[in-house]
Amino acid sequence: MTEEVVDNEIKESENENENIVVSYKDVKKAFGDTVVLNDLSLNVAQGEKVALIGPSGSGKTTIIRMLMTLEQPTEGTIEVDGEMLWHKEVNGELLPADEKHMRKVRGKIGMVFQQYNLFPHMTIMRNCTTAPVNVLGISKDEAKTRAQEMLDKVGLGDKVDNYPSQLSGGQQQRVAIARSLVMQPKVMLFDEVTAALDPELVGEVLEVLKDIAAEGDTTMMLITHEMEFARDVADRVLFLDNGKIAEHGPPSEVIENPQTERLQAFLGRFNNS
Amino acid sequence: MSWDWEFAFEVFPDIVGAIGVTIGATVVAYLISLVLGLVFTLLRRSSFKPLSLLMAGVIEFIRTTPPLVQLFFVYYAFPMSPFTTGAVVLGVHYATYVSEVYRSGIEAVPTSQWEASKALNFSKAQTWQKVILPQAIPPVIPMLGNYLIVLFKETPLLAGIFVTEMLQVARIIGADTYRFLEPIAIVGFLFLVLSYPSALFIRYLEKRSGKLHGSAEKGVKT
Amino acid sequence: MFTNIGEFLPFILGGLTTTVQAFLFGAVLAYSIAIVAGLMRTSKLAVVRIVATIFVELFRGTSLLVQMFFFAFVFPALTPFTPSLFLAGGLALGFNYGAYASEVVRGAVLSVPEGQKEAAISLNMSKVQRMRFVILPQAIRIMLPGIGNNSIELLKGTSLVYFISLADMTYRADILRGANTALSSQIEIYTYLLFTYFVLALPLIFLTRWLEKRASKGVSTA
Repeated sequence: MTEEVVDNEIKESENENENIVVSYKDVKKAFGDTVVLNDLSLNVAQGEKVALIGPSGSGKTTIIRMLMTLEQPTEGTIEVDGEMLWHKEVNGELLPADEKHMRKVRGKIGMVFQQYNLFPHMTIMRNCTTAPVNVLGISKDEAKTRAQEMLDKVGLGDKVDNYPSQLSGGQQQRVAIARSLVMQPKVMLFDEVTAALDPELVGEVLEVLKDIAAEGDTTMMLITHEMEFARDVADRVLFLDNGKIAEHGPPSEVIENPQTERLQAFLGRFNNS
Repeated sequence: MSWDWEFAFEVFPDIVGAIGVTIGATVVAYLISLVLGLVFTLLRRSSFKPLSLLMAGVIEFIRTTPPLVQLFFVYYAFPMSPFTTGAVVLGVHYATYVSEVYRSGIEAVPTSQWEASKALNFSKAQTWQKVILPQAIPPVIPMLGNYLIVLFKETPLLAGIFVTEMLQVARIIGADTYRFLEPIAIVGFLFLVLSYPSALFIRYLEKRSGKLHGSAEKGVKT
Repeated sequence: MFTNIGEFLPFILGGLTTTVQAFLFGAVLAYSIAIVAGLMRTSKLAVVRIVATIFVELFRGTSLLVQMFFFAFVFPALTPFTPSLFLAGGLALGFNYGAYASEVVRGAVLSVPEGQKEAAISLNMSKVQRMRFVILPQAIRIMLPGIGNNSIELLKGTSLVYFISLADMTYRADILRGANTALSSQIEIYTYLLFTYFVLALPLIFLTRWLEKRASKGVSTA
């Protein structure tokens, strides 16, 4: 029992002297009787790139969906920049946060989805400018300039007037990344962003992700099944298994030199294919 | 004016007494619409173009003009009893809706079923009878059931041609006593009590058959 | 037969304004109610959902004509407020068809994929912004054909104001019939009336067709 708890906790020392942006404290998530995540404690530092790997159902998606406020933790707290996301402290008591508080905190987070989730009724430009104008309150012109810059960055600067349905899956996903970047989030979450793509389109999306990672200042949490990519990009890899962090460390340890049998078996599947 | 229980109890039996006429008209009209609806559908699918076009026009005309006016038309044009007129007109009117239901059921049968029937050398009549309709109709039974409830709620129109269904009885009472509150409320209550549980039952059927089709629909999406 | 068109048709058309006014009043009320009640039924709050559900089931479960009598004859007796006959008819049409159309709205809102809402949250939009920029624009496209069909039903439904003595086209035709009792005249009168309603419905029919085509084209499946 004690061993498990130790296994699950990532020592503060790992992030010593660094600015912590995201902090999970004793987080548990259960759907009814099914516990999908147990006693998760995790700190992510400013600018850090964390890759989450593991079999489906291991809880990795739940980790980032809770940070995006798409799913509510059953127990525990999550902090962003030292502020609680799901809770508010009133007179020393933890109360559920209201919509206003949650919006303030989650403004620092952005997310890219497996299914792109572009808005089909808007042009690419409007996909990228609606939120900046209405949520951030910047001018239309400024939003357009920013969006154009980000779309250029993902190589789709000439598609501004197209609708999502006119683009390939890989292009749509790159737009989704640009759309998220325009909001200038501190932390970006990527939920298996290449999983829905045809194999020949995976590369272009991974290239864009590598470019963003190389710029350094954005904190990234990526769920991926692309082990080579995880090794190249991540500062730290977490292997999730049965709702717990089973192994963690730099890619050179976790991916190159797996300790547990479960991880060896998991990685073995990728080496064969 | 406030609610008068005594009066309500007094007129309640009279109104409930007319429920037989209401339900009778509903059932006869429904049977007509089920049979005629299928005839409409088959004629509409005829390979003889003029016939199918004519049918499409007739269906559209009946479907988009008020059933009340159709009632008047038939009532004053043909020497039929009010009840017969009411049942026939509502039956024909809703046959156009029912035919849409059949059509959706038939179109949901995969083309491979037609091809297989051809391969087995079935005649056209045999194909319809033994292959297509047995597959097309069961999935649309909940939708067909819906129209039984819709028809039931349309029967007050028959008051327009003096069929003594529930609302007509309430109107007569109201005209005699100058009290409309209780009779109208009772009629509304009776409609709700009869139609709402039926609607719940139909929705339950829909959900069940919806689940059966769920996997197939998922395949079509994305 | 059909020799009196010059006399009959203008007389019937004397009720056109009332018919169109009842239709427009009913439509504006119905679709305002439909949006509000439809959105309420997708609410997370049980109380909101239940209130809307009771309203919708009440007006779907009782008949339009019963409701019209209620607003015309019962409402004035129950409350200090006496609606004009036009208002009574318009209220009944609006509430009844609004209840039906709210189902169309609800279905359309629910059919927008969950991922759209999640993407909007990931861009930190508020609830109102999510509705306004992401969910509603997509839902409206999906719901329009259903609303189009509902409007054709509403147009047919306006003929029921005849029962509360509003001088719409159906009512005028009835007066005409009272004055021309020959069988051929009666058939003639109601033939003109039916075709007038059909001509009025035609733009709605074409509009609905067009909306159906557009809806099947421009919607994403992601």
